[in-house]
Amino acid sequence: MIGLDYNTLVVAGASALLGTAGGLAGTLMLLRKRALMGDALGHATLPGIAVAYLASLALGGSGKEVWALMLGAGAGGLAGVVGVAAIRRIARVSEDTAMAIVLGSFFGLGAALLTVIQASPQGNQAGLSTFVTGHAASMVRSDLDLAMAVALVCILVVLALSKELRLLCFDEPFAKAIGRSTKCLDALVLLVVTGVVIAGLQAVGLILILALLVIPAATARLLTDRFGAMLVIAAALGAASGIGGTIASSLGPSLPTGPCIVVVAAAIFAAALLVAPRNGLIARAAGGRL
Amino acid sequence: MREHSKSSPLGIHALTVAYHRKPVLWDIDLDIPAGSIVGIIGPNGAGKSTLLKACLGLVPAASGRVTVFGKPYETQRALVGYVPQRESVDWDFPVSVFDVVMMGTYGRLGWLRRAGSAERERAHAALESVGISEYAHRQIGQLSGGQQQRVFLARALAQEARLYLMDEPFASVDAATEQAIVGVLRKMRGEGRTALVVHHDLESASAYFDWVVLLNTRVIAAGPTHEVMTHAHLRETYGGRLTLLDEAGERLQGAQRG
Repeated sequence: MIGLDYNTLVVAGASALLGTAGGLAGTLMLLRKRALMGDALGHATLPGIAVAYLASLALGGSGKEVWALMLGAGAGGLAGVVGVAAIRRIARVSEDTAMAIVLGSFFGLGAALLTVIQASPQGNQAGLSTFVTGHAASMVRSDLDLAMAVALVCILVVLALSKELRLLCFDEPFAKAIGRSTKCLDALVLLVVTGVVIAGLQAVGLILILALLVIPAATARLLTDRFGAMLVIAAALGAASGIGGTIASSLGPSLPTGPCIVVVAAAIFAAALLVAPRNGLIARAAGGRL
Repeated sequence: MREHSKSSPLGIHALTVAYHRKPVLWDIDLDIPAGSIVGIIGPNGAGKSTLLKACLGLVPAASGRVTVFGKPYETQRALVGYVPQRESVDWDFPVSVFDVVMMGTYGRLGWLRRAGSAERERAHAALESVGISEYAHRQIGQLSGGQQQRVFLARALAQEARLYLMDEPFASVDAATEQAIVGVLRKMRGEGRTALVVHHDLESASAYFDWVVLLNTRVIAAGPTHEVMTHAHLRETYGGRLTLLDEAGERLQGAQRG
């Protein structure tokens, strides 16, 4: 029997909530055709975290104030997204080029700062490197609370604005023409994605968080042709991946939870590729559409 | 500056639009007559779509203004319906035909309020009038191009507007869809509504439109179709390209005779 002690429950609960939020925010991101936004955002959190740590030390703090590090992560991530938009507009390059420039330069800066910090006497105890690959086993009650808050915000946003968000993702000019502020709606999508990235730093880390945004949503798209159903399925698959990954990691002594969550999500995607009703490989083979 | 009629469904006043400092529309001045089907005709890159988008506030105007029944568009949105180009959206998007038509009712609903049975009835009626009710619950990607065009038309009908701006609704559609669109346009006119239709086919223009605007960055001519669609005006609108078309046509006729 798997030991369902308090710590495991906290980790499983936080991962499930994170998966739910990731599924919802990821569906919006995917349908808005901004799947890579999560990647730029995730990588750009690293210099933000490093700067927040240094600022905390400079102001006489311990450098371990989680709220400060999260604030830094959020600011770094948003700076990355703003950077992509600015580079696109000024340098007139395509979105993927701007994305690559921002992703590389922000992560490079973050990695450089991180190395300097870790070489300092108190730096190697700061544990900043856990944000890169995540360390779900060390999640505590406050991480659970953060994941719950982010999941709740995602659910509320989707419930209250489902028709606006569907319209924004499907036909932005029409949404604008009937007087909806597409800027506000896009800002809202960015906000929930940022929330998921920040809440996911501790569990899966800034590199793998993209997987938790994209994979459940892409799986859901395979399984349904409806916007509402896609949101519900993506949220459920995200939660299932969170719980499944936590259980899977408890099966081996040194299996890391975060990567296990992502692997479970990917396994569900692979299964959906096979059995999806219309576009699955089996359905295609049966219909002679391989 | 000219006096503009307050009763005109769409008044365009000295409108200039530029992309990267290059003018796309230059000093457009128009009063669209009420209860008419109006064609906007001109070559590729003439600014036809941009004119519609500028009227809807989707592209910024460098100067000039647009009024709908005498007032700024921002205060009259509920009176204006929009049919974008079919290629402007991703038809793989996970929505049903009915879902898309329902979007036409969102404008009056406002933020947060959910659609009720009145909105659903409007959407069903709109689907009925373009003849695709039986596809209501299909995913939009499973429709033919013509049927997809009718989905956009139905969505605009569900807006229950007084003025409709349509961007190339006849582009690459089947004959049945073409007839359905013409039927809808004539019904609209019968109800005193006005449609502004971007169109690229000169041959059908005289049959479809009461009024025509010939556009090539500026307005070459605008007025009743038979007055505007003259050879001289068309030549001025299309420049050398129409001459080439003429020659090709003559050669083709000659070849058929020979």
